[in-house]
Amino acid sequence: MVSAQIHIASKEILTALESVSDPEIPVLTVMDLGVVRRVEVVDGLVEVDLTPTYSGCPAMDTMAADITTALNKIGYEVKMKLVMSPAWTTDWISQEGRRKLEEYGVAAPMSEELDLQALMGGKRIVKCTHCQSVNTKMISQFGSTACKALFQCEDCLEPFDYFKCLK
Amino acid sequence: MKDQLYNYLLMLGDNSMILGHRLSELCGHGPALETDIALTNISLDLFGQVRGFFRYAAEVKGGEATEDSIAFLRYDREHYNCILVEQANVDFAHVIARQFFFDVFQELQLKQLVESKDEEIAAIAVKSLKETKYHLRFSSEWMKRLGDGTEESHERLQAAVDTLYPFTGEFFHETPLEKEMKENGIGVDLELIKTAFDETVSQIFVEATIKMPESKQRMVKGKYGIHSEQLGFILSDFQYMQRAYPNMEW
Ligand SMILES: [Zn+2]
Repeated sequence: MVSAQIHIASKEILTALESVSDPEIPVLTVMDLGVVRRVEVVDGLVEVDLTPTYSGCPAMDTMAADITTALNKIGYEVKMKLVMSPAWTTDWISQEGRRKLEEYGVAAPMSEELDLQALMGGKRIVKCTHCQSVNTKMISQFGSTACKALFQCEDCLEPFDYFKCLK
Repeated sequence: MKDQLYNYLLMLGDNSMILGHRLSELCGHGPALETDIALTNISLDLFGQVRGFFRYAAEVKGGEATEDSIAFLRYDREHYNCILVEQANVDFAHVIARQFFFDVFQELQLKQLVESKDEEIAAIAVKSLKETKYHLRFSSEWMKRLGDGTEESHERLQAAVDTLYPFTGEFFHETPLEKEMKENGIGVDLELIKTAFDETVSQIFVEATIKMPESKQRMVKGKYGIHSEQLGFILSDFQYMQRAYPNMEW
């Protein structure tokens, strides 16, 4: 089991990284999302390993560019590397990230088993982000982006996104 | 060995690239908003997989090669995708049948590639497999809904299956390149994949009340670079910008 937590020695660099958000879910920073896998300072050069969420996610290029800009701003040159292994999982989204997601109106990913029941078994277990009811049904397995599914609440009738479990 | 690995990576990437392009043609044309979004999201995942394979291919090839030059600057004979994935969209039933056959095959292929001795291929496979599982769920659900749906949806799906199924044999035809890759532990065993493929496909056919086509498998040579007339049209569309404005950037 690979941990979501990585160690970043410099407070300054950490703060800079925490200022970079996911362009598609702007409340989440790249640190909340767990896509920054390694940060090391070697002779004033910051080496950053970044892993994609979904392999075709168009937000990745933007995040890479934004990280470079943020670190340049505090005086560092950046060497960015895209790493595929180990593959990203929704388990790497931080607790803080899950809370922000829900606040933003996107239901946070459930466990693999529950996710399967909700997406494939038609079970009503995904909590509506507007009224907290679980009387919800899936409208589409793919929502506004590949990582989300579209749900509708049958109590308040509002639609909402669910961040699918990826393991 | 370097050349073989390079060509094998093209073969792995080309299926996803050509199918991804076919799906992208549907952007804004899906039968309903949800399916439109689903198909274009699947397209995006497929292009993500292509990037993985071609980024690595560029590294193997060295020199001036980049993932973009590999994607946009090859002639038709230098593409090694199976003929199935270049078949036209026709109607939603064809789109789903084509996707379903590919997803079943691709999931099985990726499951084996996860064990590849080539670490980079294994890493791309782990990543792609997660996504492909979602695609397969989507396409098999639609197989059942269309097959076991209305009279018209059933007829259309059966017609699509009758047309497309004969192309699936190509997946399992082992080229000398694939044989070599299998033997050195990088590639897959297509015979094992075929057994599992047949099982899943017949099971979904039963649930979808679709009859197994009687037509024979067609002999096709996409993996040798010999394609149907469809590929030329795809490439003229796909490569237009890079051919008309060399080295342009987004
Ligand atoms: Zn509600």
